[in-house]
Amino acid sequence: MPDGRTVEHITIEVLRYDPAGTEGPRTQSWTIPYTHETSVLEALQHIKDHLDGSLTFRWSCRMAICGSCGVMVNGVPHLGCRTFLRDFAPGPVRVEALAHFPIEKDLVVDAEDFVAKLASIKPYIVPKEERRLEEGPYVQPPEELERFESFSHCINCMLCYAACPQYGLDPKFLGPGLTALLHRYNSDSRDGAKDERMELVHSEEGVWSCTAVGYCSEVCPKQVDPANAVNQNKTASALDWFARFLPGRK
Amino acid sequence: MAFRRTYVRPMDGWWRRDPFFLRYMAREATSIFVVVYAMILLAGVIRLSQGEAAFGEWLEGVSSPWSVAFHAFLLAVFAYHTWSWFRIMPKTMPPVAVGGRRLAGSTITALGIAAAAVASVAFYLMVRVLA
Repeated sequence: MPDGRTVEHITIEVLRYDPAGTEGPRTQSWTIPYTHETSVLEALQHIKDHLDGSLTFRWSCRMAICGSCGVMVNGVPHLGCRTFLRDFAPGPVRVEALAHFPIEKDLVVDAEDFVAKLASIKPYIVPKEERRLEEGPYVQPPEELERFESFSHCINCMLCYAACPQYGLDPKFLGPGLTALLHRYNSDSRDGAKDERMELVHSEEGVWSCTAVGYCSEVCPKQVDPANAVNQNKTASALDWFARFLPGRK
Repeated sequence: MAFRRTYVRPMDGWWRRDPFFLRYMAREATSIFVVVYAMILLAGVIRLSQGEAAFGEWLEGVSSPWSVAFHAFLLAVFAYHTWSWFRIMPKTMPPVAVGGRRLAGSTITALGIAAAAVASVAFYLMVRVLA
């Protein structure tokens, strides 16, 4: 394994797709230099800067915050910026666009479905009641925050969707990450839109499409544990269904 | 919007792509054997209701060498079933706090497996005492 200064070489295989071309996807390989600190994202940048300027991929922050550089590395969803070539030596390293999403070009996927669903879960606090300025801020006690804080760490990188075979088999499924985010806002005592979000949870495309594979939580780079959010909502959905038979309920 | 021609990858054989999916499919498959064994025990209860002779025949059937080998296989399958379901259990339940601190997932799994082991040993001893 190379130390910080030693330069070694490794082969990177990329699944490429050109929407303007007449062929389907193809694999292209490059052998590139790398050191102990070279990430998969830096490898892709090296290829784009020095070997093939047409290679297309998304990235922004380079520090696992923006959630843009998700790719499959040897078949497993990873953020390119926090995945290091040293862990795949001697190679080759196969890089592919995030699984279960349509490929737009090379490593760029079509995230339109995810973004539309993101809007549908109302990922913001809808205040229970309007407060005047002089009434002070909306308060969230720390003990309440602790119950859902991990679910608020989601960076929308979509790795959990690339890990979820149920989403791959039926893209109508709301999916792990967005259910975690939905659960985060539903658990907030300041929020008043739980009933609207629960309609999504109960629906055919909601939590019942999940079969508890659990891989979503394994690949999450922020330890959000979306599988836990989905399964907690299965309980909530089932209780809600049974509660309909109680007197005084609709 | 500009013309877009995306490429959708097939899902054929998805469960063979990752060892994690293979373990998941194995976990799901063990449930079939749980049903099969429940049927075998149910048959025993029905034969018991038909009298001593009928139950004796059933007992003789499950004591055959092939049946004993099948039981050994089922024991291994049930052990995997127990382990794999307790492994996913922390992901299926609300957070549990003990003394103000959240219980780790690995602790919940360990407690579940320990409870299953204790129950199995207790049941085995009970059968040995009553037999």
